[in-house]
This record gives sequence, C-alpha cells and structure tokens, in this order.
Amino acid sequence: MNATMSRYRTMTGHRLFWPAAVLFVMLAANTIYRPGFLSIELKDGHLYGSPIDILRLSAPLILVALGMTLVISTGGIDLSVGSVCAISGAIACMYISKQSDQNSLVVVLTALAMALGVALVLGAWNGVLVAVIGIQPIIATLILMVAGRGLAQLITQGQIITINSEPFRAIGLGHLLTLPLAIFIALAAALLVAAFTRRTALGMIVESVGGNAEASRLAGIRSGRVIFLAYVLSAACAAIAGFMMTANVSSADGNAVGLWVELDAILAVVIGGTSLAGGRFFLSGTIIGALIIQTLTTTVYAMDISPQTSLLFKAVVVIAVCLIQAPAFRARFSRRRRNAPPPATIADKPKEQVPA
Amino acid sequence: MTDSRPVLTMTGISKSFPGVRALHDVNFRLFPGEVHALMGENGAGKSTLIKVLTGVYDTDAGAITLEGDPVSFTGPMQATAAGVSTVFQEVNLCTNLSVAENIFIGRESRRLGAVRWGEVRRRARALLARLDLDLDVSAPLGSYSLAIQQMVAIARAIDIKARVLILDEPTSSLDAGEVAQLFRIMRQLRDEGIAILFVTHFLDQVYEIADRITVLRNGGLVGEYLTTELPQLSLVEKMIGKELDALEGIEEHSRRDLAALEEGTPLVAVSNFGRAGAVEPFSLTIHAGEVVGLAGLLGSGRTEVARLLFGADRTDGGQVAIDGTASSLRTPAQAIDHGVGFCSENRRAEGIVADLSVRENMILAMQAARGWLRPIPRRRQDELVDRYVKALNIRPADPEVPVRNLSGGNQQKVLLARWLITEPRLLILDEPTRGIDIGAKTEIQKLVTQLSDGGMAVLFISAELEEVLRLSHKVAVMRDRQMVAQLANDDSLDADRIMQTIASGSHREEADR
Repeated sequence: MNATMSRYRTMTGHRLFWPAAVLFVMLAANTIYRPGFLSIELKDGHLYGSPIDILRLSAPLILVALGMTLVISTGGIDLSVGSVCAISGAIACMYISKQSDQNSLVVVLTALAMALGVALVLGAWNGVLVAVIGIQPIIATLILMVAGRGLAQLITQGQIITINSEPFRAIGLGHLLTLPLAIFIALAAALLVAAFTRRTALGMIVESVGGNAEASRLAGIRSGRVIFLAYVLSAACAAIAGFMMTANVSSADGNAVGLWVELDAILAVVIGGTSLAGGRFFLSGTIIGALIIQTLTTTVYAMDISPQTSLLFKAVVVIAVCLIQAPAFRARFSRRRRNAPPPATIADKPKEQVPA
Repeated sequence: MTDSRPVLTMTGISKSFPGVRALHDVNFRLFPGEVHALMGENGAGKSTLIKVLTGVYDTDAGAITLEGDPVSFTGPMQATAAGVSTVFQEVNLCTNLSVAENIFIGRESRRLGAVRWGEVRRRARALLARLDLDLDVSAPLGSYSLAIQQMVAIARAIDIKARVLILDEPTSSLDAGEVAQLFRIMRQLRDEGIAILFVTHFLDQVYEIADRITVLRNGGLVGEYLTTELPQLSLVEKMIGKELDALEGIEEHSRRDLAALEEGTPLVAVSNFGRAGAVEPFSLTIHAGEVVGLAGLLGSGRTEVARLLFGADRTDGGQVAIDGTASSLRTPAQAIDHGVGFCSENRRAEGIVADLSVRENMILAMQAARGWLRPIPRRRQDELVDRYVKALNIRPADPEVPVRNLSGGNQQKVLLARWLITEPRLLILDEPTRGIDIGAKTEIQKLVTQLSDGGMAVLFISAELEEVLRLSHKVAVMRDRQMVAQLANDDSLDADRIMQTIASGSHREEADR
C-alpha cells in the first residue's frame, strides 16, 4: 500500500467525509445544471445568491437538529419539536399583535422571553415524562407533538396571526455584515451547544448514558438529570427555530409552522453520524446533515421537479446518502472489488449481524 | 488420531484493528476427534482467532481450509452451515424466546411457509435428551440458569451436523457439576469424530479434557503441543512468557491480625439488609484495611449482597452506619459519595461503556461524582489515565482507543482503574478475576493486597475458594440466598471448612431426585 492510498483511507475514514462529500456532489450537480448556482452578488449592502439562501433557510433546521442531537445521543428521541416551534411562534406573534407599538424592541424582547419560557416548560414536561416517570421517549414526546398543535391553535384562536413588527421580522430576514442574521443565530447556537457539551463534561456523560444506561448508573451518574436537561435544551432550540419560521412570513399559523421539522431534524442527525441507538454524538455532522437536507429541497425547486414527485426524489437521495454512509454497505462493495471471486456458494448471502 | 488429515487449518493469519495488532502470522490446525485447547493470556488473540475463523472479522492476511478446501466465511451463520459451529463466550440467545425456538431459530421446520411447532418441539426434546437435559422446551429460556442456557447454546450448535465445534470459554460461569456434565458431552461429541476447539482459563480443565494445546501470546503463535508432553508449569510459562516466581508471592504475604483490624469503629456496618426474592436479611461489618471474602456457589446471593451494599438495588429495610454514623445507601451515586466503589461481574452490561474511549471509561465515576459542570481538566485526566494504564499494565497502552477494542481482561482492568481513580474507602469486587488469564489474575490479587495494606477495605467475591482464602481476613459464606456464616481467616480455615459450611444443613430437593 503506497502513501497516497493510505492517505486516501485516512480521509475517507473520517466520520465527516461522507456527509461532506454528498453535500459537495449536490452543490456540483446544481452548478452543472445551472451554471449561475454558486454566484453571489452584493445588492444594497446585502449578499444574495443560492448558497446564501441555503444557509439562511437551513438555520431553523440546524437549530432544531442541534437539540435533537443531544436527545438522540441519550438514547431518546423528541417528536414534539415541530409543535414547540408552532407554540413559541404563536405566543410571540400573539403578544406582539396585541401591542399598540409592534415595532418596539422592548415588546419584541418581552414576546421572545415569554415564548421561550413556555418552551422551557414544555421541554421540562417531556423531560419529566421520560426521565422521571420513565415513559418511552417516542411515546412521551408524541403526546406533545399531537397536543401541541392543538395548543398552538388555541393560542391563535384558530386564526393565522399576522403582525407588522420590524424587529421581529429581522430574526428571519434581517442582515448583519451583509449576511442574513439567521445564519449568525444558528452559528451562535451551534457554538453555544458545543461549548455547553464539550467544555463541560455534559457531552461525555450524555454519551455514556446513551451508550450504556445501566453501566452509567453504576458509575454514579444521575442520568435522570442529564436526560431531563437534553429535552429542555431541545425545546429551547425548537423555540428559537419557531421564531425564525414565523419571522420569515411575519405570521403565525398553528397548523403549518414547523410541520414535519422533527423528521428532517432526525434525518439531519442520522446523516451526521449520530446513531439512533444513542451514544456518541457529532454536532458538526448534524450541521452538515441539515445543510444537505436544505440543499436537497432547494435543488428540487431549482430543477423544476414537479411537486408530486419531489418528495419521492428526496426520499431516493436520502436512501442513497444513508447507504453510502453505512460501513457494512461500503464494506460489501470494497470487498467485492478487492477479493477476486470469493467462493461461489458464499458470495451472495448477506453478512450476518453479530451483536457487538 | 494424529495420523489423519486435519479437518481445519489456518495458516499465516494476521489481523489488525485501529491501534491494535491482534494477530500476526498465526498457524492453527484441528484434527477430527480431538479436543484442542487454545490457550493464552487476555489479549493474546484467542477470541480474535475464533472470530476470524468464523467470519465475524475479515483477515488481513492468511488462508483457512476446511477439509482441504479453501474457505472464507462472511459470518458465523455461513460458517455454521459449512459445519463450523461456535458457542461464544457471552451466550448469544434470546432469553424471551422458548428453549425450542432458541435451538431452531432461523431454521425451523416448515410446511408451506408455516412453522411446524410440534415438529420443532419434538426435535428440540430429542436433541436435549442427547445432552441428558430434561427441560420444558416451551418455557422461555430466561427461566433457566445461565449454565442451562449455555447447554442450550451447545445443543443449538451441534444440531447442525457440525464437524468443528468451537467453545469459547464455556465454563466460566458454570459450577463444578455443570462443568462435569459439559465435559461428558464434549467427550461424547469427540468420540463421534467432531473436532472441538476449546478456550478456557482453567488449567485443570485443560489437562482433564484437552488432547492438544496451542498457545498464543501477544497475537503471535508460541507453539502447538500434545497435552501429555507439556507439564502445567511450562504451559503457564509459555503463556505469560516469563518465569513464574512471582505467582506464589502473595501466599507469603503476612496477613495482619483480624482482631487488630477490627478494633475501632467499622467503616461500614449494615444490619438487616435484605431484599425479597434476592437475599435474606444479613448483617456485616467491614473495617478499614480489611479484605472480606464472600464465598458461595453460583446463585447463592453473593452478587445480590454486593448490589445492596452499593445501592444498585434498594434494601427492603435495615440500617447502615458509615464511620459509626447512621446513613443510607439507596443509590449508587449515594454509595459513591460515601466512598464505595463497585466492579460488577457483568462487565459488558454493567461495566464498560463500549463506545467511549479507555480514558473516558476510566474517569467516568470520578467525573460523575464531580458533576458535569466541573469537568476534570484534560491534563489531570491524562495524568490519571497514564498512571493506571502503567500500573495495571493495560494493553494496548493507548487511552484514546474505544474500550470495545480491548480484550476482556484489559476491559476488567479499565473498570478497576475507574474505581481506583475515585480513591474509594470500600471497593467491592464481584468476580474480578473471572474469565481472565493467570497473569492478570495474579496482578489483580496483588493489587487487592496492596490496597488493603494501604487502608482500603475490600469486599472480594469469587467462585474460587482458594483465591478468597488467599486474600481475605474474614470470609462470609453464602448459601441459598442467606449469609450463613462469617469465619475469621486464621490457620484453621481452609477450603474444606468453607465447603462444609456451604454444604452443611442443606437438605435440598435435588438430593432426592
């Protein structure tokens, strides 16, 4: 084996290699299809272009997926994030719409604080159901996923609340240093979560609990607290994402805000390399995963794929991404290429899964 | 026997994992109708060799032939189909399924796609009868002891017209009677012409049953020998690669006087601790610097006592005093706060976190005690980990390797390090030497002696009476989930007396059967 080959191995062996490669291929495909895809222009002091759009539009998903990463790492799952987006957006918009001066910064900050507070309570609710009462996470969060939509409707009284508040709109559409503000918010959240988990021992303890709950308990970890915290954090991330989603359209629709975002978020986490079984988590992988999903959505629009088939197209790409990442799948192909003909009777049976 | 052709050969086998060279250029052969023991310390490469053979791992180099034909299995299922059956160290069965289902899972007798349950149960009963086992084949496997489960795993393996049967440490959780039963079955199968590859750490068992021995050390082949031509002492020397003078050193260790130790306030004094269905109420005092041995048969309640003392299970009642002050041990976290550490016998399920690195596994308990907001500075982590990797001779000596890549004995040492880092005042060791080789065993025994000399109290649980006797100042004896005696370890105490204590007054129903 020569040096180039081993360097190639080290590179493809890196856990971020395949997600990054997929993202690169997608961007390349778009550029070939539409040569102007990557061009960015400066207009009125703001940067415009498809890459900027992808970054801006993926910001809410990145936020939701960051929280989801921690929850999944504990061995759980949070299906209620979409509803939390809707509720926090609804509360913020409702409060602002009742005020006489919707453009007041104080009003907007109060609205955000109120909505965030409620979201924390909802996260705590999930946390108590899972960590204290011991309900399976998928069921525990399903409760809020379903009931939360009703709650959002209740807050908006079944109406779509439209507001006219510049400071609130800025969360979704504002700019800072020529770039959309949403990008900075997502970036700040990512750095914050990273610091929160990796500068403290929280990250390792979450991974330990997700990797082996009983061994962690016997090592003296009070896993309930950690799991509780993960759900609260997830709800907080979802709330901020909810602000962005409602700010983008300056209105709150209890039915539509954050619809199915939990599924995209789970997908982003998995594409990023975090196992649904819990254990090791990878925040940078999650962010790339979210970018892949948003790029895919943009691609579907850009390529004029009809709405009827766009979901199917997305599904095919996602399956491909997951397969490329699966070591077992790659091993089968590299094995075939390396070994010439393996014994005939043996070649085509799937490799048996051996519990580790 | 030796003049026939080998049924299986492995030549020039090499295998590496990230950071670990597990096997290099190993040869191995297996003749029909022999029991062939594969010996070596932990991390010598025994398990890896078996996994390479059965296709769990790919080889980096080397060739395998079965009855002269080159083979390369892609998994145990395929190996089994070709006649190479394996019973792995950890029983790989589904405890929630019935005995019959476990034996035939994946190859049930079918008609028109429907499973013929009557047929499956009849064949399961016939198979078990061959092994002299009388079980209810419709009962869930989990309702039987681990030993019976092991036998069922063997029944599953030999059902498939096996030519080669691999038993990876089948005896580590069996008691003497069960081992005898297993050996009877092994001899029967051997006489039928099946080649048996047998991995164990018990030297006596090797000399009782094996015809031939292959020794591995550090991933390399030391040699292949006939059992009759290899004295026990030279076998051990070949395994650990050095002279044996260190082995018996502990025996000479001057045991401090129990009376002197037991002066003053006990470190931990529990009274009437117990848990319905697990262990009858018991009382026990442990002083600083004292090693308390816990002896008894498998399933006699030894582990249950340890779990109550550590708060892993909650006691139904009773009191505990720590340093003479009334206290409680209701959760592991609470026990750790009081300076108690617990190495579980179930290393995989209750010990290591396989995903995490050696370093993270080691500092886990200390970090948990500090809380997540106060991370241990990285430099301090490296210092601690480095010290214990050296002190316990953990191989490979790379703390960033995931702990799953380590051999069982080295994982055990990582767990020990996890607790030693917390500097406990009472360390509970549940079967710390089970399933690990003689070198590591001696190291752990020495360590216990050193720790107790340094003032640490140790509760030492082991199925091997000799080991308990060697280390303990006091021996508590368990029988039928009851603590029946606490014996001072003076000159009058020997294995026979403990055995008598375990046996005396026991009028079990089995005797009448």
